[in-house]
This record gives sequence, C-alpha cells and structure tokens, in this order.
Amino acid sequence: MKKSEYDLVIIGGGPAGLAAALEAKKNGVSKILICERAPHLGGILNQCIHNGFGLQYFKEELTGPEYASRFIEELENSDIDVKLGTMVMEIRDDKKVIAVNREEGMFQIGTKALILAMGCRERTRGAITIPGSRPSGIMTAGTAQSYVNLEGYLPGKEVAILGSGDIGLIMARRLTLEGVNVKGVVEVMPYSTGLIRNKVQCLDDFGIPLLLSHAIIEVHGKERLEGVTIAKVDEKLKPIEGTEQYVSCDTLLLSVGLIPENELSNNLGCEIDKVTRGPVVNEKRITNIPWVFACGNVLHVHDLVDNVTQEAEIAGKAAADFINHKMNKEEKDVIVTHDKNIGYVVPQHIDALNHQEQTIKFFLRVKNPDEEVRLIVKDNFNKTLLNLKKTIVEPGTMVTFNLSREFVTKDTSSIDISITKEQAQ
Amino acid sequence: MKTDVLIIGGGVIGASVAHQLAKYNLDIILVEKASDICMGTSKANSAMIHSGFNIDGGTLKGQLVLESNKLIKQLCQDLNVNLVKPLGSITVGFEETDLEKMKKTMENGIKNGIQGMKLLDQRELHEMEPHLNPDAKYGLFEPETGIINPFEYTIALAENAVTNGAKVLLDTEVLDIMIENKTVKGVKTNNGNIDAKVIINAAGLYADKIAAMVEDIDFEIKPRKGQYFLYDKKWRDILTYTIYSAPTKVSKGMIVVPTIDGNILAGSNAEAVEDKTDLRTTSQALDQIYASTISHLFPELPRMGDVITTFTGLRASSTNEDFIIEPAKTVKGFINAAGIQSPGLTSAPAIAARIEGLVRDQHMDLDFSLKANYQKGRKPPIMLVDLAYEERTALIEENPDYGEIICRCESISKGEIMDAVKRPIPAMNLDAIKRRVRAGMGRCQGGFCGPKVLNILSKELGISPLEVTQKGSKSFVLTSKNKELSLEEGDRNYEKIRV
Repeated sequence: MKKSEYDLVIIGGGPAGLAAALEAKKNGVSKILICERAPHLGGILNQCIHNGFGLQYFKEELTGPEYASRFIEELENSDIDVKLGTMVMEIRDDKKVIAVNREEGMFQIGTKALILAMGCRERTRGAITIPGSRPSGIMTAGTAQSYVNLEGYLPGKEVAILGSGDIGLIMARRLTLEGVNVKGVVEVMPYSTGLIRNKVQCLDDFGIPLLLSHAIIEVHGKERLEGVTIAKVDEKLKPIEGTEQYVSCDTLLLSVGLIPENELSNNLGCEIDKVTRGPVVNEKRITNIPWVFACGNVLHVHDLVDNVTQEAEIAGKAAADFINHKMNKEEKDVIVTHDKNIGYVVPQHIDALNHQEQTIKFFLRVKNPDEEVRLIVKDNFNKTLLNLKKTIVEPGTMVTFNLSREFVTKDTSSIDISITKEQAQ
Repeated sequence: MKTDVLIIGGGVIGASVAHQLAKYNLDIILVEKASDICMGTSKANSAMIHSGFNIDGGTLKGQLVLESNKLIKQLCQDLNVNLVKPLGSITVGFEETDLEKMKKTMENGIKNGIQGMKLLDQRELHEMEPHLNPDAKYGLFEPETGIINPFEYTIALAENAVTNGAKVLLDTEVLDIMIENKTVKGVKTNNGNIDAKVIINAAGLYADKIAAMVEDIDFEIKPRKGQYFLYDKKWRDILTYTIYSAPTKVSKGMIVVPTIDGNILAGSNAEAVEDKTDLRTTSQALDQIYASTISHLFPELPRMGDVITTFTGLRASSTNEDFIIEPAKTVKGFINAAGIQSPGLTSAPAIAARIEGLVRDQHMDLDFSLKANYQKGRKPPIMLVDLAYEERTALIEENPDYGEIICRCESISKGEIMDAVKRPIPAMNLDAIKRRVRAGMGRCQGGFCGPKVLNILSKELGISPLEVTQKGSKSFVLTSKNKELSLEEGDRNYEKIRV
C-alpha cells in the first residue's frame, strides 16, 4: 500500500474543510492534505445555486458556488494538497488514514492531526417510517436539488414537500421557477423548522402554503407516486382522525432533518453527543481524541454556511496549535450545561487553562420558538457572566454568542446557559 | 420460440428449478413478469434458513425444510453465496405458558432430528443475549438456524442456470397456457408464444391463477401480509442469535434477526389480504410490531431514526396451508409448485429436487443426460469490501472504476455497479443495482448515490436518464429536462393544498 506523511489531514473539502485548511495554513502548518470524495471541492455548496450565502462572513450576498470559490481560489494559491475523488475508508488510532481513489488504489496517509469535516446527510423516508406503498417519486430535497441543479432534470410535475427544513423550502422555490406545481409544504411541528427568511422568500412570495401541525400518514401509488394522505396532528404529533385529506402528486420531497455523517468518527472511537449526533468537543473543537478535531455539519447541523466557516477556522487554528505544540499542556475541564428550553450547546465543555483566544464562541439551538427572551450565562458560583436580549429565538435559526475568556477562571467548574422569558427577570 | 421446460416465475423456487434442471441436456426458459428476478415473496421475508425445529415434520413443508437443511451448505458453497449456518436461534418467553409451548416445540424439534436444543433459564438467556428485555424469563436455544441474503441466493441460482444455457426472459407475463389433447403445448405471453414440453408453475402469489389456466383447481393463493423493520448496521451487536418471540397460533413467532450484511431485521405480523399487490406498510401494523415484539424483546431499538426502511412481504400461502408440489390432475406436462409460504426460501433446494422427479415422471421425451460442460458454480461478483487492501489496489490498477466510490454508506465502487449491469442477469434499474451490490441499501437510502447510479445505468444501458426506473415498468425517477415544464403552454393545474 502506498504511504505518505502529512502534518494535518482534513476529511472533506466542503466549506468546513476548506476554511479549516486555510486557517491551519495561516497558523503555520506546512504539510496539509484535504481528502474530498467528490470530483470537485466545495461540497454541497456546488448544488446550492441560490443566493443568500456570505451575508455575515463576507458582508455580501453570494450563491453557494460563489461562496465556495472564494476559498477554493485562495487554496489554489497555497501549497495545500488536495486529493479529489478520494474516499476515506478508515481512520486508525495510530494516526493513519486509509483512503481509496482511482489513481492510487488503497493508500495510507500518516498524520499528526486530523480534522473531521465530512458534513451531513438527509433523513430518509425509511428513517421516519412513513407508511404506504413504495413507488418511485419519493426522494430527499437535497437529492432533488442535485438532479435539478447538477444534472438538469426535474423529478416531477406536481410536488408535495414534507418538512420545512431549509433545503425543502429552497427546492419549493426552485421547482416553482421551473414550472413545477409545488402544492404545499407539510410540517408536523407547529412552527417552521427552517430559517424565517426562507419561509418568506421561498413560500410566501410564491403563494405556496405551509401546513403546520400536519403529517403525511400514507403514500399511494404502485409504480410512480400518485398521491399522499395528509392529516392534522395533535400536540403529541399523532394524526387526528377525521382530518385526513388526499393530495394527488407525482413527487414527494423530504426535508425532515439532517444527520451528521459520523460513521468514520464512530469507528475511531469519538464520543458522540446524542442530541447533535456529532462529536463532543471543547471550545477548540477537539474531540475526546486529542489529535482529532471536528467542524461544520459533521459536528452539528448549521443553517448558515457563515457559521460553518467561523467554526472551521476555530478547528483549523486549534489543529495548528496542536501540531506546533502551542497548546497548553494541562487542561481543566469546565462543563457546559443548559436548561431544558435549549436543545444543545456546542462546545459541550471548555478548557479553563486555554488562553489562546480572547473569546469563546458558542452555538446553540432552542427547542421551541419564543419571543422577547434573555440568554443568560452563569457559572457554578451562580454569577451571571452574560445577559443578552433576544427578540426572537426559533429552532430553525442557530443562536451564536461569544463569551469573554476572562469569565472562565481556574476555579470555574461549570457554566450554565439558559433562555428565559424577559418579564421573568 | 420453443423449449423443453418452461418455468413460470423468477422467485427462489423458479430459479432453484432452473438451476436443478440446467445440469441436463434440456432447453430451459424461465419467464418472469417483473423487470428482475426475485421480485415477489422471495424478496421480502425473514431471510432465514429455518432448521425445522418448530415445524411439523409430518407436513410436506416439514419434510422439505428438513431435506433442504442437508443440501443448502454445499449448494451455497458451489454458488459462492454467503450463508451463515449454523447461527442458532433462541425462542424467548416471558410467561409460564410460553415455557409450556417451548417444551412442546423442543419435543417437536427432537422428533425432527435437531440436536443440541436446550431450555435456558433466565440467567443463561441473558448471558447469551445481554440486550434482551430483562423481564424475559425463558429461552429455548436451537443451534441450526441460519441466515442468507435472499436476493444474492436467488440471483446466484438463476445466474448459474443462465451460465449453463437456460434463458431468463424478464418483463414477460404468461397470459394463457396452450393445451392440446390433454397435454400442455406452451404459453402465450405479452412477448409472443413459447412452445414447451413441460411447464413448471412457480408463479408464487399468482400460482392459482396460472394453475387455473390448465384445469379446475381446489386451492387458492391467499396472500398473508407481513411487515418488517430493517435497522441500521450500527445495531448489529445488539444480538448474536436469531431471536423468536414465543409462538402464537398463526405464526412461528415474530423474529428479530441479524442479516448477512450486518443489519437487524425485525417482524413480521400476519394479516390475510385479498389484493396480491398490496405491499403497503401501515402505521397500525408497524406500531403493533414495534410495541409487541421489537421493543418488548430489545427495548433499546428505536421506533424510528435508525430504521433504514420498513417494508411488506406477501406470503404466498395456499388455502391448504401446505406446499402443493404435484402435477396437474387432468393435463400432462404441467407441474405446480404452489402455496410456497414460509419456510419456502429454505425449502427451495428440496422442492427443486422433487420437481425434477415429477418432470421425469411426465415421460415427455426429455434428454436427462448430464451436460458435458456443466458448470456447478458461477463467477462470483467482485465485492471490494470483502477483499484485503492490497487485493483492492491490484484490482483498481487493472480497472480504476473499482477505485471510484459511488455509494458512500456501503463503500460500493463504480466498477461493481457497472459489473452488475453486465452480469448473466443484468441489473436494469436502481433497485436491481441495490439488491445486487447494496448501492442505495445503506443509511442514506440512495440519497447521495442515486443520481450517480442513475447516470451509470443511463450510460451502460444506452438510455436517457428519463427512461431509468426505480424498479422497472413505469417507476421512472425523473420526468423531464429542466426548462421543459416552464415552456409548456396550456392549462396546467397550479392548484395548491387547501385545508
């Protein structure tokens, strides 16, 4: 088996892998390799031909391929190595990565550190066990996006969409522009799970109804999809008898959630958070394995690529510090806890002895939408470290905030994050 | 077209009969109405090789399942088919009454010649299967049960027959059977007539319809529907053996079993249905199977999430409730293999041997001399994940398509998918690829590889992407090129859902 050695191997050449590689390079890592399974860099951004990317990071509105190309161009002017069409098959705990491609067959790469940036996959019909027959014409919204935007083919003429995830909303607009009748978006929750701006720009502007608290309870059709039965659901998300309605359609797109792709990380022994379904990390995005870092959608699912980039830069910088022996030798773990209104917080713990950065960047998602709330961060002495006003919080939009490093001292053992109603203060 | 033997149905029985007879100097044609073989009952079942411990040895199916257990290992070895046997089974009980039933089952197993069965106390039971519900009290261990991949098995049997000269005609439906002087003459199909000296009815769910084309029959095929959950490979280690819930009146008990490929399969209930095409899953049945069996036996298994898919199989059970393997009563040259419900997959080799005997008994001027160049095996498909890294590299050097991973969940290369299109029985659609090489069988269910496999099929078959189907017939995946709809004139309906 062919063998090579690198300082840093990054698995995935999407937005996370690209930004992590560039940041590691800026911080003095000399031999960096990106392994990308697709024939192009850019990851899922290549099929996201709509605009809205980069508003935070570049302060301008870009399409997905444009956003990716900013990083790809910078990378092409660097000495970062890239292997395209290369699938990583195994990460071994002796810091060896086994990969395969057309040119080299199976080969081994030794590395000092590794960044996981494999992204996520879409939840399927099977996973949510939608009953009924098994015709063609049912696919995830991202698969449809790939057919339309990369292959130039339409998946159907009359489309129902299940789930108000962002890709589903984007595809509702995209297919409408192609002359497809998008009959509606069915969402089991009482709120839209995607970004508010996508609901407005992709559904409301095109007169596409969003049916909240509705489920698809059966699909019909033996060869090609012929229709679906929808029903209203109660607060336990169970279909309410008597509310069934048949909707004829030849296509059903699913936008019912994204799942970080952590099979490689799992096999390596990374501890996985049950909620995010990504590795458990500290503020440097180090997993429980000291030479393995994670960022982007493999860590937790983001709604804005701008946040992915920022997170990847944290991981890239930290990997560089690790490789260049700039990390503090000793660590003191501070556990991050949160109240029950919050679904998850990344990072799950922080190192009190890390003084590399002035601020600690947090990402969190709330469980339920709310308005006029306060985000409060307290430490184990019940001292309030941060108290921020939030006009609107909703599960579809990640909440980000920075905490000044000075608040975490060697005496801190935990910090707790809560979101509470304004008037309760 | 004419042939010596015409087999109706490309399920495991039809394929086994083709394989059995292909060793002789006989012309064989197998016709299958679907676009692939293994598309009916053979496709959707428990994928088990039953030992026969819990089957009445006095019935025909009891005899045949026991006979087949003596044949299956050598057969799978010859055909390069993965078989795990013995794996063993445990029947799990919660109540005193279950224990009584288990004792009876054990007696039955001993009578059927199964050795090494053992009643387990609670401690032994949980030592053997630590993830079982702690409330499970009784166990019956039986060492002989095995598992197999029904697609691989059926396809291998048919491929071997084709390698030995048999013809398999897909998308070919028998419309009528021609009879002259109380003797079969051949069949009428949607693709023309085929003259045949002997006709084997292995039409599964439709065996009654085919048999009734020949004479009055005294049986009917009444489908019994069963629904299944297929779990993600990450749950593989939740069990070691094939697990039966304690038996009931209508079923050998529900099962939770590992598959050859490392998934967990769980089901199935039994529901009599009229419609032979009713492959719907229902939330009531799935909820009931989950509550009564899956979560009852293995509380850690989830209702959804790590589920790869749920599916329905239809057991081709006859109103006689036993296999019907016999010639027509009034017409010469016609043999029924009907009512093949569970354990049909296991019994197939013995059924095929019986059928051979019945064909010989017809005395239809057939040449039963052995083929001079008979191949007892088949060239197995290349499966890279089964090979050592160095072997893979050597193959990739020869053909770089083996180094291009198309299906990321199951690590399947472009080369393996292209091979599946070129096999003796070619894969012509997305599901046919999935059944042969597992591309699309993993946790993304073809979300990522689907468009790529569709492109490979389009190129290899020389058809437009618009003509590629999910599972044959009219199950198209794509409906038009971009822009075609937006340019369409006229009164298209843009009605939205209204509540």
